[in-house]
Amino acid sequence: MAINWFKYSAPTTFYGLAGKLIPWFAVPAVILFAIGLYIGFAVAPIDATQGEYYRIIFIHVPASILSMFLYMIMAGYAALGLIFNTRLSAMMASAIAPTGALFAFISLWTGALWGKPTWGVWWLWDARMTSELILLFLYLGFIALHASIDDPRRADRASALLAIVGSVNVPIIYFSVKWWNTLHQGSTIKFTGTSMHVAMQQAMFTMFAACWLYAAAVVLMRVRSIILERERNTTWIAELPEVKR
Amino acid sequence: MKKASMFSLFVLVVRRDLVLAMRRRADVLTTLIFFVMVVSLFPLGVGPEASMLRKMAPGVLWVAALLSSMLSLGRLFSADYLDGTLEQMMLVPQSLSMMVLGKMTAHWLVSGLPLVLMAPILGVQFDMTAETLGILIVGLLLGTPILSMLGAIGAALTLGLRGGGVLLSLLVLPLCIPVLIFGAGAVEAVATGLEATAHLSLIGALLVLTLAFTPWVTAQALRISME
Repeated sequence: MAINWFKYSAPTTFYGLAGKLIPWFAVPAVILFAIGLYIGFAVAPIDATQGEYYRIIFIHVPASILSMFLYMIMAGYAALGLIFNTRLSAMMASAIAPTGALFAFISLWTGALWGKPTWGVWWLWDARMTSELILLFLYLGFIALHASIDDPRRADRASALLAIVGSVNVPIIYFSVKWWNTLHQGSTIKFTGTSMHVAMQQAMFTMFAACWLYAAAVVLMRVRSIILERERNTTWIAELPEVKR
Repeated sequence: MKKASMFSLFVLVVRRDLVLAMRRRADVLTTLIFFVMVVSLFPLGVGPEASMLRKMAPGVLWVAALLSSMLSLGRLFSADYLDGTLEQMMLVPQSLSMMVLGKMTAHWLVSGLPLVLMAPILGVQFDMTAETLGILIVGLLLGTPILSMLGAIGAALTLGLRGGGVLLSLLVLPLCIPVLIFGAGAVEAVATGLEATAHLSLIGALLVLTLAFTPWVTAQALRISME
């Protein structure tokens, strides 16, 4: 039996699949958020040096990791869209961008909130922080370019090219910022190799999984809206039960 | 035979763009004056102490060069786009990447090179030593072509859009950060008694990388924008 690998690359079929998948991501996301926050706030012990402040890492670290991963996934979808000329890939790329930008912002924001009591400053020109800020700029550039082109086909392709150029640049930017900082002065912040408490690890991984599931659910919801908006003049949209009503 | 025709095409595009730029000299001068003005505003803003100015000089000159190259990028393709020349160029059965490289080169000769030549005079205003000035010039010579080439991608993507100029800066400035870091870092290193070769080699590497890929990427971007 031959499997049709491209069955769900058409917006028509993917719309229904995404609708079925959303609860499978959204419900576990809520449950894991609840468990993760419970472990993070109630079970995990107070840190010996940082006191209660450290608990913000349970959202900060997953948000930072996701902001970077989502950019790569977005660039991957953008490349797929350019290479195979599939409409859905470009829609996925533009659906991921706002979530990635949100996570980059959360990462910077929680980092600042953590930095004030711990280092005594809201912001340091540390390599990680600076490259996270630049990553947020790259997301905003992608969204702005997509938003300012009226023709959806050109918008998809132009922003896809930008995402690919950006993803080539991300490592260069990261290393240049890293060397820039270390060439001037020794890094003031080091992630110490001390092993984490088991409860802290559990909270971190639970929150990480919750953030992944949340991102997947939100991206699928957004891509469904994008499909509805783009294909609004087609007959299959008109025949959908939720549209007919 | 093919190779010679590609090179002659490149020369043709460079010469054409230079002639056009010389017919509208005001555009070239505006960019240069902008550069001089931005650099001159900094001492007024932060105070005239020589020690501080000397420390700031490389960063200020590099940021000003970055901004003024953004200013002139909007014109890279837009005039040709508006009068239909760009469309004709894309119909030519020759390499579009080569023509784009020609346009990038002409853009650098018109807007990048004057900044490099102007930089020593401004550096003297900031009380820079001869040694640091030399490194600044070498860095700018290697770095400003990168700005023109990366900027060309943005210019091609935002071709014919409303508010293209601001959008162009939003897209291109983050990509230019490595050049800024290494360019200003080279001068900083010499000022503190270190070698600048590491920084300059890295800018050189970036130049080779952008030279290899950006003409092709820009050509693709033009195809997307023109279809």
